[in-house]
Amino acid sequence: MGMTIAEKILAKKSGQKKVAPGDLVTVEVDTVVMIDNSFIASRWREIQKVRDPARIIVVFDHRAPASTEDAAAAHRTGRRFVEKFAIKRFHDVGYDQGISHQLVADHGYALPGTILVCSDSHTCSGGVFNCIARGVGEPDVVYSAIKGQTWFRVGDTVRYELGGKLSLAVTTKDAFLQIAGKHGDHATQNIEWGGPGVAGLSIAARKTLTTMSAELSAEFSTFEPDAVMLEWVRARNPAPFEPVYPDKDARYLETRKVDLGALEPLVAFPDTVIENSRPVAAAAGTRIDQAFIGSCANGTMDDLELAARILRGKRVAPTVRLIVTPGSQNVFREAARAGIVSTLVEAGAVVTPATCGACGGGHLGILGPGETCITASTRNFKGRMGDSSAKIYMGSPATVAASAIRGVITDPREFLH
Amino acid sequence: MKFKARVWKFGDNINTDLILPIQAFYLPAAEQPKYVFHANRPGWVDQVKPGDIIIGGKNFGMGSSRPAARSLKNLGLACLVAPSINGLFFRNCVNFAFPAVECPGVDEAFEEGDVAEVDFESSAVKNLTRGKTLAGRTIPPRLVELVKAGGIYPLLEKEGLIAPRT
Repeated sequence: MGMTIAEKILAKKSGQKKVAPGDLVTVEVDTVVMIDNSFIASRWREIQKVRDPARIIVVFDHRAPASTEDAAAAHRTGRRFVEKFAIKRFHDVGYDQGISHQLVADHGYALPGTILVCSDSHTCSGGVFNCIARGVGEPDVVYSAIKGQTWFRVGDTVRYELGGKLSLAVTTKDAFLQIAGKHGDHATQNIEWGGPGVAGLSIAARKTLTTMSAELSAEFSTFEPDAVMLEWVRARNPAPFEPVYPDKDARYLETRKVDLGALEPLVAFPDTVIENSRPVAAAAGTRIDQAFIGSCANGTMDDLELAARILRGKRVAPTVRLIVTPGSQNVFREAARAGIVSTLVEAGAVVTPATCGACGGGHLGILGPGETCITASTRNFKGRMGDSSAKIYMGSPATVAASAIRGVITDPREFLH
Repeated sequence: MKFKARVWKFGDNINTDLILPIQAFYLPAAEQPKYVFHANRPGWVDQVKPGDIIIGGKNFGMGSSRPAARSLKNLGLACLVAPSINGLFFRNCVNFAFPAVECPGVDEAFEEGDVAEVDFESSAVKNLTRGKTLAGRTIPPRLVELVKAGGIYPLLEKEGLIAPRT
């Protein structure tokens, strides 16, 4: 019996010929990403030595620029750590700023066939690059930085075969909502993505699927390699790597087909995405106070471009705050050069610096009591973006942009057809 | 590690923002436990007693990497049992030495207030009130040892690899 992508990488990195669901493996960790939240006083433990500073990347993203005094203190602790171990890959506030998972994509940090950990749940984002990337706890990150190793339990793998082509105004966010709505959580399971539909999806579109896999509670979420992805990584990172393909006789718990062409715009209703998605029509007309496009799931050039297409020449409803947060300053600059930032700003959007921002309720767009928000970000948990009485609907950047114009939840096909 | 106590029941898909809301995340660790389930079950932290057991629903702990498991431990709870536990949350249970057992059917086998006996090493879960025994998912011995040792930080501290808590 052959192995899935996740099983093959875990076998290689644990020095074994074969691993199977149920195994506990100790693996070599190739890349450790540390974020500003790692350095907050209630979490940080001073590290005395690291295995290899070249394997470590430090990113300030959750509260950047610092939103409070304790965020500023965390940044200072982080800078001292960078200095102490002469860490070269450091993303401070400024030119190289961004959300860690977007920077991983921008810089090709997640190499195919390798292992990357970070103490942020959406680290599975890097699986788009055929990487075993996942969110771990802060103590795991500290341990991995020091020892260069960590443990994983090997789970069963569910394979998603993507087919067809997305129609106008439908995105992979809708594909995610379809999967979360129909299949619910994937706790203890890996997800593997493949099929003929992958070729028609940009890296950004694929990355929305791997990032949102955290919301399915998946262990690992990895794409099968293709030429587009391999070229993306090679153009950004000169380090050598070996992509990993699944064996032909790999064992999957289940293989599920997704016809991208048959999808329509969906929204998740407030508080959870698990078995909570409905066609946008079911929420249409719901009054909103805030609309948000951003995060590691939807802060790419693709997302900003799509929003700009809908907002060009229009104005955000006067009762709505539209907040757009690019995933990285690199994305911000590209969007500025392409005229997208001015289109958004002319429409009345507030474009913020690249940060996790409103997605985590940290800063730059916190919700007040009883407010309603539609978001193209990662989570709609109760209390996630501010007051726990606020209602958070989740949709694609197209659905969010259309809703911001009308002031009520709106089907984006009214604007794109 | 064996625990015997009354149980508190929670539903499916309990997420980390409910256990450790963002407002509490940035407070000192000692203050974080009072915000547990503030949004979905206000007042509960005042009712729970040291040694009590949580019985969750499926996909317990979905969400963030934040040290939510540490808050459950610091509340004085003995352990968590749920039909399935988010992998990242489970890691943090191990990291912070909070025993957690995955046990299919456990949500249906208990009513709130029943008395449970949980054997962490063998993953056996008994409902002493109703006389039922369930078998949980086996926890690799290495992870059991890590929990018994107090989690990752005491281990690294002992080896001089991180500074002691000041």
